[in-house]
Amino acid sequence: MSDVARLSRTVSVPRPKDFTVVEKPLTLGERLWSSGAFRKSLVLLGLALLWQGYAQWLDNPLLFPTFVETVQALVQGIIGGDLISAVWVSMQLLLVGYAVGLVLAALLAVLAITTRLGNDVLETMTAMFSPLPAIALLPLALIWFGLGVGSIVFVLIHSVLWPVALNTHTGFRAVSNTLRMVGRNYGLRGLPYVALILIPAAFPSILTGLKIGWAFAWRTLIAAELVFGVTTGGGGLGWYIYQNKNTLEIPQVFAGLLAVILVGLLVDNLIFRVIENRTVRRWGMQH
Amino acid sequence: MNTPALLEVKDVTLQYKTRDHLVTATYRVSFEIHKSDRFVLLGPSGCGKSTLLKAVGGYMAPVEGEIRLNGTAINRPGPDRMMVFQEFDQLLPWKTVKENVMFALTSSGRLGRAEATERAMAYIEKVRLTKFADSYPHMLSGGMKQRVAIARGMAMEPDILLMDEPFAALDALTRTKMQDELLQLWEDTRFTVLFVTHSIPEAIKVGNRILLLSPHPGRVRAEMDSTGVDEMEPALGIPMSEHIHSMLMSEELVTEEENV
Repeated sequence: MSDVARLSRTVSVPRPKDFTVVEKPLTLGERLWSSGAFRKSLVLLGLALLWQGYAQWLDNPLLFPTFVETVQALVQGIIGGDLISAVWVSMQLLLVGYAVGLVLAALLAVLAITTRLGNDVLETMTAMFSPLPAIALLPLALIWFGLGVGSIVFVLIHSVLWPVALNTHTGFRAVSNTLRMVGRNYGLRGLPYVALILIPAAFPSILTGLKIGWAFAWRTLIAAELVFGVTTGGGGLGWYIYQNKNTLEIPQVFAGLLAVILVGLLVDNLIFRVIENRTVRRWGMQH
Repeated sequence: MNTPALLEVKDVTLQYKTRDHLVTATYRVSFEIHKSDRFVLLGPSGCGKSTLLKAVGGYMAPVEGEIRLNGTAINRPGPDRMMVFQEFDQLLPWKTVKENVMFALTSSGRLGRAEATERAMAYIEKVRLTKFADSYPHMLSGGMKQRVAIARGMAMEPDILLMDEPFAALDALTRTKMQDELLQLWEDTRFTVLFVTHSIPEAIKVGNRILLLSPHPGRVRAEMDSTGVDEMEPALGIPMSEHIHSMLMSEELVTEEENV
């Protein structure tokens, strides 16, 4: 009987003044601390302080310039234009290699999804070449294509092609059977089917491939330019670092390295983030 | 029944291969669907009803017998037989509700953009989703997604709508509501539908004709008319659902005995 009594009991609703908080804005400190950008800025600030402190204690600008000296060299390089032009030269090369790599990757992936032999070719090739660092091909490329744009573009294509092809292929294969049947129900076949159904459905995976391909290409390019970086258009960013090392302008070397990091971050946060927000996030395919 | 059938399935045997078996899904199944029929394929799992629907959809060819739509043999998937699947991921996630309904119309080259938009909006209104026309599928509930899929199928104004357990993944309340809505839509446009289900009450409610399939492999057990309510069978003195149930059960017992 006590159960029944408990069920039918009426509850006296506590009055609002008994609550401590219904809703109140968080303090400025709480809101700042919950922002990832703010916390990461703190980490960066800490690293810069550590750097500055260590370099001052070491007091040897030839081995380890201070943070302030590096920033000065960076600003000078930007104002003077030689750092900017080095980045520009690198970028042009990178875009050529990236574009050609993407086209080849797309061809391979489409062949792999439409024919069984193409699938085997892609799987074997990616298994073989993915573990091979593109830069290891540079000596060969120098023999084949000489000291010039050709060699660098060759290793760039190699660094872009395999991760993009592999991710695209994985994405295609992961497209659900239902979506495939829907596409065929519309009477789509061949290339229209790939373009209108498979590519958008596999886009999260393709985008990951594009990002990895970009990161690989950027690293490979800087490394290749360290070996040789002078083309008719002038030297790239890797060459800028190498040359300043030769003349013992160590703050400039650090500025060059910082520029490599900054360009990487900018492309990731501006270009890829925007693509991501406009596509896979808006479509609810990634959170 | 003197008019020629819209869809003619004649002695159809379907087989598919798994990793290490050749499975016969249906064996010499025959039936005819006429215009404006609500034809239900009913049976337990393993009776080949979904495989049969895929064959009508053109996704697989029969090893024996033939399937004809308006007298022409079916040999590939096409927009004259729009499918509605059970899975919620059948909508293209990169397109809004409106674009999803339009896509079939424009990609098949059947309509221009302006006409396609107009027709898409008309069918979206029929399934009462006008407010969500510009939403992406991931923002919708399961029932709403299925309504979009139905609108998409109907907007093509296909010869026949093929529905593969479209409400099976919904909760019971939504499911009942969707069945009512489907019947209401049928009252409006009198489309022809081939509906696959394993639920006896759903078959009786949705269908005007029911084909009962027995499992392993799928064979025709019975074909009956339905009025939409679970009426008493005058000859047997039991409700239709119980009659169907006993037929399916007896079949199971027989096969079990055979196995022993």
